[in-house]
Amino acid sequence: MTAGTDTDRVKDMRTGAGATAAHLTENSRSTTTMQRLTAESVTLGYDQRVIAEDLSVEIPDNSFTVIVGPNACGKSTLLRALSRMLKPTKGRVLLDGEAIHSLPAKKVARTLGLLPQSSIAPDGITVADLVARGRYPHQGLLRQWSPEDERIVEESMAATRVGELADRYVDELSGGQRQRVWIAMALAQQTPLLLLDEPTTYLDIQHQLEVLDLCAELHESQGRTLVAVLHDLNQAARYATHLVALRDGRIVAEGAPSEVVTAELVEQVFGVKSQIIEDPESGTPLVIPASRRGVGAKVS
Amino acid sequence: MKAVKAIRTPGGLSVRLDARAASVVTLLAVAAAAVAVVLIGSGDFPMSFGDVTATLLGNGTAAQEFIVQDVRLPRVLVAILVGASLALSGAIFQSLSRNPLGSPDVIGFSQGSTVGALTVIVLFSGSSLAVAGGAVAGGLVTGVAVYTLAFKRGVQGFRLVLVGIGVAAMLTAVIHFLITKANLVDATRATLWMTGSLDGRDWAQVWPLAGMCAVLMPVVFAHGRPLRMLEMGDDAAYALGVPVERTRIVLMGSGVLFIAVATAAAGPIAFVALSAPQLARRLTRSPGPNLAPAAVMGAALLLVADWTATNAFGDRMLPVGVVTAVLGGGYLLWLLVTERKAGRI
Repeated sequence: MTAGTDTDRVKDMRTGAGATAAHLTENSRSTTTMQRLTAESVTLGYDQRVIAEDLSVEIPDNSFTVIVGPNACGKSTLLRALSRMLKPTKGRVLLDGEAIHSLPAKKVARTLGLLPQSSIAPDGITVADLVARGRYPHQGLLRQWSPEDERIVEESMAATRVGELADRYVDELSGGQRQRVWIAMALAQQTPLLLLDEPTTYLDIQHQLEVLDLCAELHESQGRTLVAVLHDLNQAARYATHLVALRDGRIVAEGAPSEVVTAELVEQVFGVKSQIIEDPESGTPLVIPASRRGVGAKVS
Repeated sequence: MKAVKAIRTPGGLSVRLDARAASVVTLLAVAAAAVAVVLIGSGDFPMSFGDVTATLLGNGTAAQEFIVQDVRLPRVLVAILVGASLALSGAIFQSLSRNPLGSPDVIGFSQGSTVGALTVIVLFSGSSLAVAGGAVAGGLVTGVAVYTLAFKRGVQGFRLVLVGIGVAAMLTAVIHFLITKANLVDATRATLWMTGSLDGRDWAQVWPLAGMCAVLMPVVFAHGRPLRMLEMGDDAAYALGVPVERTRIVLMGSGVLFIAVATAAAGPIAFVALSAPQLARRLTRSPGPNLAPAAVMGAALLLVADWTATNAFGDRMLPVGVVTAVLGGGYLLWLLVTERKAGRI
């Protein structure tokens, strides 16, 4: 672990994140110990287009971190960088203190898993076969299918409740079932860190909640560190233990949802006036956008 | 559960075994061997099944030894090696592009080899060795060109197919141009070469093919598991720890070499690269590139096609390339129809 540049980096992050972020991030920034997954003033972009510059972020260990922000704010780009899918043009992403891009792909895959936004289920693959592929980083040419692999695949299918679908073809499943199968594959990878890129997109509300409940369960009962990109701010506030709000490639605020989600922040990040009430179900902040057409009942 | 089992040793080693795929490979290999023996036994000097096997085991008469060892065995070996090479090349590229149309004979590699060979025939009236060299060079240059043109943040399957089809069309134009430039003798030689044939193939064609297969087959089979992961998309494969670009370069390089050397040995034999992997996966009913079943299927297909070409039409011998297209295409269509009836596609 190289913790030497830690305080510098925290300072960098504050100046980079702007004045508003400073007071909002006070609580979450009090630790100086190095977290397992961090980005150190990274510049991210595709070809010539820069999405984020000088961005630093630490993923608190054992947190369920959710990255939120408007479209094109760079949240998926940041997740791609954290999961080493995208190489920063400047700066670096550190996993356990080492630059993630210089580590062997298989070694990283035993520590950090990713559920990409779009994966392709090969034609005619069964659920059990797909989930079994999650064991790849633990296998070798002559160690292809140990009893442990078999046990973990079964456990992963049980945890995501796809056990009874084991022999079904993935193409036959509904969207919600399929997403659970992909999550089961990521689980079978048995990584302490799991990154999910918009895991609820294209799912209806029931399946969205199902996936998020599953994530929360994995975080709580198995102690994994989860990082997810989500679109819905209220879902993020309800499920996250740590929230990172991005706008134009900068971190506007980060911390526990109850401290971070304020009317000012919502306006600053999404450009939407709102009021925040307490979610009657969970006690977390609930964003009620203001009516923008001047009609309908006004709650004051 | 599906019949996927593993062979495990007490030392903790384990190899995954798909029972259906294993039996498909075994049955196809037995069938290929039987056809090979029949093929060796047929011709102007017919030999019985028993005579051929006895001669292959070293118990034949001097005349039988000569016919088998010097004339017919090398031809059969070329058929086996070319069939397996074409099929492996097809399996690799179809898997990498996640598209059956990503086959090397569709995306320009066969055409590249043909341009190379015809250039040597038409412009230099070169020897058959030079023609083979030209075919290999043409295939390799086309491979590099298609890769470079299709490359954009990694090679995307659909892009590869489109670029390849464009390149193939251009190369076909070059082929026609070369034939119109040629004199009658060269043009005949070129056309003959282009249909793909195993006639007169001897040990001089066997050894380069066997050498290449001995080197590349272990490389390709060792990359079979990462290739399977790549079918789920670059992100998913990378997330599982596959070094995506390196794996793809190794496999594409091997695939291009396979088709280039096979084409150099026997001409551009149509349809084996496209159909053998598809046929194999329909028999194994298992997802993934199905490398070993595809290779055995390619060898079997070419042997059957060669037997049909030399025997089924009386005195009129057909070039094997004509038969592979009819035979492979027909078999694939039949499988597709029966599968649709069974509701599997």
